[in-house]
Amino acid sequence: MNENVEHKQKIGAVLVAGAGIGGMQAALDLANAGFGVYLVEEKSAIGGRMAQLDKTFPTNDCSMCTISPRLVDVDKHPNVQILTNSEIVGIDGEAGHFRARILKHPRYVDMEKCNACGDCFEVCPVEVPNEFDEGLRPRKAIHKLYPQAIPNKAVIEKAGVSPCKAACPAHIHVQGYLALSRKGKYKEALNLIRKDCALPSVCGRVCVRFCEEKCTRAQVDQAIAINDVKWFLSEQVVDSEPLEIGPAKNRKIAVVGAGPAGLSCGYFLALQGYDVTIFEKDAEPGGVLRYGIPEYRLPKAILKRDIDYIRRCGVEIRCSTALGKDWTLQGLREQGHEAIFLGVGCSDGAKLGILSEDTPGVIQGVDFLRETAQGEIIELGKTVLVIGGGNVAVDVARTAVRLGVEAVHMVCLEDRDEMPAHVEEIREAETEGVIVHNCWGPFEFVPGESGVGVKGACFNKCVCVFDDDGRFNPSFDDQCSMGMEADTVILAIGQRVDPELAGPLGTIERIRGNSISVDPITYATSEVGIFAAGDVATGPRTVIQALAAGKEAAESIRRFLEGEDLREGRETQRQVADPDVEGVVPALRRVKKEVPAEQRKRNFQETVVGFDEDAVKAETERCLNCGVCSECLECVRVCQPKAICHDELPEEITLDVGSVILIPGFDTFQAKIKSEYGYGRIANVLTSMEFERLLSASGPTEGEVLRPSDGGHPEKIAWIQCVGSRDVTCNRDYCSSVCCMYATKEAIIAREHDSRVQPTIFYNDIRAFGKGFEFYYENASTNVGVRYLRGIVSTIKEEQRTKNLLVSFRGEDGTMTSESFDMVVLSVGLEPSQSARKLADRCGIDLNRFGFAETKEFTPNQTGRAGIFVAGVFEAPMDIPESLMGAASAAALSGELLSEARNTLVRGNAFAEERDVSGEDPRIGVFVCHCGSNIARIVNVREVAEYAMTLPNVVHGEHNLFTCSTDTTVAIADKIREKGINRLVVASCSPRTHEPLFRDVCREAGINKYLFEMANIRDQCSWVHQKEPEPATEKAKDLIRMAVSRAARLEQIREHSFPVVPRGLVIGGGIGGMTAVLSLADQGFEAVLIEREARLGGAALNLRRSLTGLDVSAFVEGLRNRVISHPRIKVLMDSEIKDHSGHVGRFSVKVRNRHSGEESGLEVGAVIVATGGQEYEPTEYLRGRSDKVWTQTELERYLYDEPGRMELVKNVVMIQCVGSREPENLYCSRVCCGTAIKNALALKERDASINVYVLFRDMRTYGFKELHYRKAREAGVIFLRYDRELKPVVEEVGVGLRVTVFDQILRGEVALPADRVVLSAAIRPHSETEALGAIMKIPRNDVGFFMEAHMKLRPLDFASEGIYLCGLAHGPKYIPETLAQARGAAARAATVLSKDVLQVSGEVSVVDPELCASCLTCVRVCPYNVPEIDPATNRAYIEPASCQGCGICASVCPRKAIKLQHHTDDQLLAKLEAL
Amino acid sequence: MNPKDMKIIAFTCTYCAYNAADLAGSMRIQYPHNVRIVKLLCTGKVEPILLLEAFRYGADAVFVAGCMEGECHFVQGNLRARQVVEHTKQLLQDAGMDPRRLEMFNMSASMAQKFVQAVQTMTDRLKEQGPSPLRAPTTDSATGGVEQPNLSL
Repeated sequence: MNENVEHKQKIGAVLVAGAGIGGMQAALDLANAGFGVYLVEEKSAIGGRMAQLDKTFPTNDCSMCTISPRLVDVDKHPNVQILTNSEIVGIDGEAGHFRARILKHPRYVDMEKCNACGDCFEVCPVEVPNEFDEGLRPRKAIHKLYPQAIPNKAVIEKAGVSPCKAACPAHIHVQGYLALSRKGKYKEALNLIRKDCALPSVCGRVCVRFCEEKCTRAQVDQAIAINDVKWFLSEQVVDSEPLEIGPAKNRKIAVVGAGPAGLSCGYFLALQGYDVTIFEKDAEPGGVLRYGIPEYRLPKAILKRDIDYIRRCGVEIRCSTALGKDWTLQGLREQGHEAIFLGVGCSDGAKLGILSEDTPGVIQGVDFLRETAQGEIIELGKTVLVIGGGNVAVDVARTAVRLGVEAVHMVCLEDRDEMPAHVEEIREAETEGVIVHNCWGPFEFVPGESGVGVKGACFNKCVCVFDDDGRFNPSFDDQCSMGMEADTVILAIGQRVDPELAGPLGTIERIRGNSISVDPITYATSEVGIFAAGDVATGPRTVIQALAAGKEAAESIRRFLEGEDLREGRETQRQVADPDVEGVVPALRRVKKEVPAEQRKRNFQETVVGFDEDAVKAETERCLNCGVCSECLECVRVCQPKAICHDELPEEITLDVGSVILIPGFDTFQAKIKSEYGYGRIANVLTSMEFERLLSASGPTEGEVLRPSDGGHPEKIAWIQCVGSRDVTCNRDYCSSVCCMYATKEAIIAREHDSRVQPTIFYNDIRAFGKGFEFYYENASTNVGVRYLRGIVSTIKEEQRTKNLLVSFRGEDGTMTSESFDMVVLSVGLEPSQSARKLADRCGIDLNRFGFAETKEFTPNQTGRAGIFVAGVFEAPMDIPESLMGAASAAALSGELLSEARNTLVRGNAFAEERDVSGEDPRIGVFVCHCGSNIARIVNVREVAEYAMTLPNVVHGEHNLFTCSTDTTVAIADKIREKGINRLVVASCSPRTHEPLFRDVCREAGINKYLFEMANIRDQCSWVHQKEPEPATEKAKDLIRMAVSRAARLEQIREHSFPVVPRGLVIGGGIGGMTAVLSLADQGFEAVLIEREARLGGAALNLRRSLTGLDVSAFVEGLRNRVISHPRIKVLMDSEIKDHSGHVGRFSVKVRNRHSGEESGLEVGAVIVATGGQEYEPTEYLRGRSDKVWTQTELERYLYDEPGRMELVKNVVMIQCVGSREPENLYCSRVCCGTAIKNALALKERDASINVYVLFRDMRTYGFKELHYRKAREAGVIFLRYDRELKPVVEEVGVGLRVTVFDQILRGEVALPADRVVLSAAIRPHSETEALGAIMKIPRNDVGFFMEAHMKLRPLDFASEGIYLCGLAHGPKYIPETLAQARGAAARAATVLSKDVLQVSGEVSVVDPELCASCLTCVRVCPYNVPEIDPATNRAYIEPASCQGCGICASVCPRKAIKLQHHTDDQLLAKLEAL
Repeated sequence: MNPKDMKIIAFTCTYCAYNAADLAGSMRIQYPHNVRIVKLLCTGKVEPILLLEAFRYGADAVFVAGCMEGECHFVQGNLRARQVVEHTKQLLQDAGMDPRRLEMFNMSASMAQKFVQAVQTMTDRLKEQGPSPLRAPTTDSATGGVEQPNLSL
């Protein structure tokens, strides 16, 4: 290692990837221990999977209730920086000094400006499946992940640019206007088209539809009739107001030619505010649109409509004035035109150059069309030959039909498929009687007799139109010719630039004859300031291409005039969306109604009838929303804070961090893979995650369980376990650990919601191994009525009529049975999230064969790359508390690595010095928020603010668009200082989200943060009384009056702070305690370890090998050596706690030496309880009466220490659940199944001929332990299942033993000879647990293990702050679990020990000793045992550092001697008084 | 008098019921505008005098909304509150008022609907009960004479 690097100080910041519940835990623990944290999350909000859950087992707590305070904590923490929509791209460097590269995907919403008012959600026309609700209901393209999402900001989902938009030369927002049309927002849709297209009505008629060629829908059935929707729109909104026009620039631009390119260029420049004049040589504007396209395709009135609109936008069009005749380019410049656009088109018909082409009866198609358009009458005779196969030829032919010609023939070189004309046009021409002759090329025209007119033409067979290089180079068969007679021949074989323009265009560079040479991107000509586009630059092309080119040229001209680079940023192409069309239901395309040929061929009326509203609805609903966001820009229109930025680009940033914690969470198994269960095919088969959303009160059915097929209430619901778990066939042979419990929970909750529900759970083993799980399971089956059926489900079939489900399953005895259910829930397993593999690769860490992060048993949470840690389901399938333990453990590992850099990269909030307002009369400022229109649309905020001014003590009132915006908060602080305001009232959204913000405003303004009061006039007023503006306004006044009344009585509270004793105490010297104390010491704290016994090691001293074969004794020895030699650790052996007092940050502990009786005092800031557990000493199964009945620990010890005892042992019977899962000890000891398998495998390894029988009730080898279970079965270990009611019987028979058991699989009694019976005895809490609990006032559960603050969310904490928990003292667990929890406890303790002082919330109870009668009522009722009688005063005393602020004591105190600060009776009554 | 114009005071805890009321807003569930929420840190702070004062200051109905039983963030504040509510109902009865003007509800933060139902339940009751007899007899003094309040309570 480079020496410089070694000595460089480590970086005091940590990158946490994944912001689920685990990531949040790690982030908060680190941030609270003095490290900077970057919390990187792929999704748009933090919260992870837990936010999606309805309830959590085994307490049935509401998931959102428990998680949401933590979301806010993370959001508000000054040292946690949340990076959403972000992913790790790479990590360079090494432990202590990593440089992480992070890719921030665009959110398209400015987080600084967005205030989540939700206006955009309402107008967004695009609905896509809501992933948070597992697709059970739609959400908008602009959305929040879920209602309580943090960061509370909108996000736009984009999957790339939609193929239709990408294909359109003008990049019209096709998906956008389809989406708006679907919602009936025709005006908005048309305006959206107008943002990119100058002539929407024209395009709606004549566009060649590049968009439809790329429409994804064509992969399913047919492309959407996009252009017909545009046609419809142009008919709906005829005289619309011009789009917003930019401020007048007073700069002149000349456009030459009023064809599509010129009109487009002029239009877009006019929108920018430039003065545009179009000079047109013809009498009317329109160019080819007017003089080239026949009226039956594009009525003049339609063209006029679009041109009138362009004129309304400010474009001046001067007609009948021609370049070269009336003015010159130089002349335009001299008139002050700063730029010139040339859009003069191709108006000259191309010639064939063959014999007799100049015969008078041979005319040019373009001339013919022009003259017809001008109303001139042309004599054509009875037969007309049209030469050419393009659209102009078709137009000519069909025009001739309309002029009454009897026979119209089209002759062209190309075969049918090669013809350049639109298929539809050719078909229409033919139905009108035009006869098409393919593959003929004329070589001579035959002049009429006596030189009058023409007689006909001669043709050769064309064998090939294009040469091998694909160039137009026709070859003919001279041997094959024909002649056709005609009265008129019309040539429509192409156009070129009018040769007469050659002179006037002067030195401008030209190509291909007359065309103007332009830059393909900028459309700049060789002459500075002159631009050209459209047919004059490209030769004849389509209208939309000319429009697009005109628009691009306009952008170039703008850049030219503003002095910007013409090219910058114009060449990059956005990624085109490519959506999955699987499962899209086909729906045929609507077609426009045609006027019958006989009728239409007689006039120039339009030949088709545009769509009606029904057809538009049907077509637009066929849109697949390829790009997700349709870029309809409605959100931009309604967003008042101007937060939307559709052009945002991805950004790569680098972060310097000392360590990295990866907690990317999980995905659920793709249930479709198990096709026999019909998921995705059968409506009423759901996944457990979908069912979770159905149960959620905020889910798609508001908590009502309804069948997807018919919305009915299902009664018989089946859960099928192990879908994607314990299944070799889909490479998921591990157990997902949580499914048994979540299925049980879902069954219980479903019944709670609807008592008619009869749940059945099909299972293999019920793995209720966690704390409180066995009781939960037992309660579900005996009291709640959940039916558990042991069996393997083979298939699910849908009953056609009822949509019920026929579930076929094989019972334990092998018989096949079927049963009908109303709904089936698949308990899908957990697997690493999709991105985890990529993440691992980018971070350089190893995965196991299933894609989980590889860690070792004695080093949980540690990867092969130093400084990169993992936790949560990424490590192995686990539930929430274990994820939290692992996350905290990873935080501790980071803290150990980076202890020297603690507090180097954190920032506190620096605020102004607080002004003492206690002597002042209340001076209240009231700020009423509009919340954009969220409040103001309903509540008359002006009236409310004026009303507030009339209230007593109010010295200032105002209303603001967004009170929470940065500029407004600054203004509020100014106002507080300026007007001497000493109470702040804000009437806006909810204190739940905004109280911390406004409290900070108070502090910034120099007043105490408790002088703030909020009136919730949005969430609890305007949003819930949307149809009653007047009562809502009155209610808002009431709420403000109540708030003002209370505010007047608010008191400033000085938050008490005290110095922290920077020393930790760990009670118990087992592996948990040793790990915890080492972690504390390695994190830089002084630590004391107390052990009752004379030897460190605890219960692990009885173990020899771990499940994967690691040497436990050596591990314990290693820990012991490190502990006793660590300079910051003091070990007190043979010692126990005698007394404990104090509070977080400052505990006083009395320690007694059990030998000498000597007592000593100790001051510590935090305590970790690691008192461990012990093996139950069985009294069952001849234990104690026969020396051949051992426990598992004895077997393990003998196997390794006294192998002599194993000689002659040939038959071993293990009995599981001895002392566990019994009515009096209703819990699972968790480790016995794994231990039995470990020892069974060891026996088999020692001697494969030993018969090992394991008598079990459920094998609970969760997670990867399942692999060992499989291995044991493969090794020949025999597993027999017994029921609790039919226990095995052990008898002495001769010198040996006999075990008789009723085998539930064979349904019969089995007698097993046994040389040894090995009992898997329960794990019990340590015998001293009860005494210690009483001394420390920490609670235990009904089976004696210590009880954490919250079973789900606070598995490391006691309810009493500053005291933490780990290891067997908490409940039975394996070594890696103990190690993770121990380190986790150390991380929790570090959040206290790392602080110099602790601040106590002001919202605590205080006792007035004058009033206190020492009646002990408060002492009795406090759920936290905080109040005590102070021996000095003999009055009650409540330690503020310990008080939680529930107020129970204040409400029961008979003498009202206790007041709960900030919630005093006086303050509450003030609210009521103002009612 | 229209029950919509009568006043209901709701004492809610910070963590569950207040959040449920906010969520009703996020979900735009519409409910009667007669309710005024007074947020407490925990419903454990509720005591009879507070509930009675609410009536004295003109509430026609009062309810307390706390966490689901067993899920209190302060361990047992909600259980305490239920006792207080039950006790206060008795006091109301003794004082000649309809005890059903007071109620205790439990809800979690995600149960917006439950909060709305609570408001609706109390409003429905007010339809039959009429305004509180303790209201100053201004607009509508006809209470039906069912309740005979003993104002010296």
